[in-house]
Amino acid sequence: MFQEPFARGTSVIHELDPRSKVVVGVSYAFFVALSTRFLTLTGALIISFVLIGLARLNPGAVAKRAMVVNGLILFFWVVLPITFEGEALFDIGPFPVTRPGILLSARITLKSNAIFFTFMALVESMSAVTLGHTLNRLRVPEKVVHLFLMTYRYVFVVEEEFSRLLRAAKIRGFRPKTTFHTYKTYAYLLGMLLVRASVRAERVQQAMACRGFRGKFYCLADFSWSRRDCLWCALMTGLLIVLVMLEWTTRV
Amino acid sequence: MSGPVLISGMALAGVGTAVGLKKLDYEAVPQAGLVSAVFFVASLIHVPLGPASVHLILNGLVGLILGWVAFPVILVALVLQTLFFQFGGITTLGVNTVIMAVPALLGYLLFSPMLRKRAFVALTAAFACGCFSVFLGSLLLALALVFTEKNFLKASALLVAAHGPVMIVEGVITALCIGFLRKVRPSMLRTFGKREFS
Repeated sequence: MFQEPFARGTSVIHELDPRSKVVVGVSYAFFVALSTRFLTLTGALIISFVLIGLARLNPGAVAKRAMVVNGLILFFWVVLPITFEGEALFDIGPFPVTRPGILLSARITLKSNAIFFTFMALVESMSAVTLGHTLNRLRVPEKVVHLFLMTYRYVFVVEEEFSRLLRAAKIRGFRPKTTFHTYKTYAYLLGMLLVRASVRAERVQQAMACRGFRGKFYCLADFSWSRRDCLWCALMTGLLIVLVMLEWTTRV
Repeated sequence: MSGPVLISGMALAGVGTAVGLKKLDYEAVPQAGLVSAVFFVASLIHVPLGPASVHLILNGLVGLILGWVAFPVILVALVLQTLFFQFGGITTLGVNTVIMAVPALLGYLLFSPMLRKRAFVALTAAFACGCFSVFLGSLLLALALVFTEKNFLKASALLVAAHGPVMIVEGVITALCIGFLRKVRPSMLRTFGKREFS
């Protein structure tokens, strides 16, 4: 159910230091989110495609995720052009389709896709565990990292428990419908999951205490910064500067 | 979303998370992690509603169980969601955390004292909390959109209206779930994180 289809690989991108990927990915995403010019956004989208190509991710999985994101964007395309005020281009039935509405939808599409593809190439090309360790090295508060890794660790366990409970319900003839009974079943199922999680957490806590846990999360991961990472950071900084120039100098 | 909205979202989420972490003892991290995992899984349940189905948000329930700790827990769950399914994203992480965690926290502050009263009062409070937190969440989202671009007004109103039926479902499920926990494991409804080792 939960998959990380891009976490493993041997591409150039996969071999970069995770710290540099996270830092570059996050700053790039924020820059793109704040820029508004079409030329910048198109450039950003092209760069993100190049990154995806370099990371050699499974094209099927990439397409599948792209569909999810663009499904949401489709909602904007449906709603924005007809709800915006401004110069009308043409009419669909009673609704005027406005120019600013269409421009904004196009902007949102370019922006989201650029951010999403870059994020996929840079951050999703590492496992959640590596991401946790990287965040720790980047001085994200220890408790957040610990909580993140704990959640990741138990998501799979809880999911299995949930499917087991649901299967048991189905065997007894449970079929979800819009009835009070259905909601009650789901609510109790959820309650049971919470109770079991709480009991399990107590055991985990005791096991940690037994092993001498003293309220510090030790992160043993070792990352090595190589010349390639310097090169990569320099390259991406250069590209960002070009994009900033585009943002400032162009008008469209 | 515009720069100011993204930045204020991040700032608010940062403050909330900092307070939440302060309230979260290191010994309680496994508890928080497991509850967080449950909510992550539960948010994938599709509940039928008429001809369509909705998926649960459950931020009201998260708030009632975790209080302030809901902030870091929701933040972490959203990061995982981005990794697994590509919902949300890194730039809107702050805003999304605020949209979900502020209603959770307010629901906790308003309604959790009533949970230990008589069954009728407790269930009504839980129902109200479930409804309220979804409503407030959609309202916050609408506000974030309108602050970004005032022309979003109509689309945002549509969005809030679309959450109407979801509110009722969330309220019912929150109430029933709290009823269940009251009977089976009432200790889970005390203030989270400050609980004695049992």
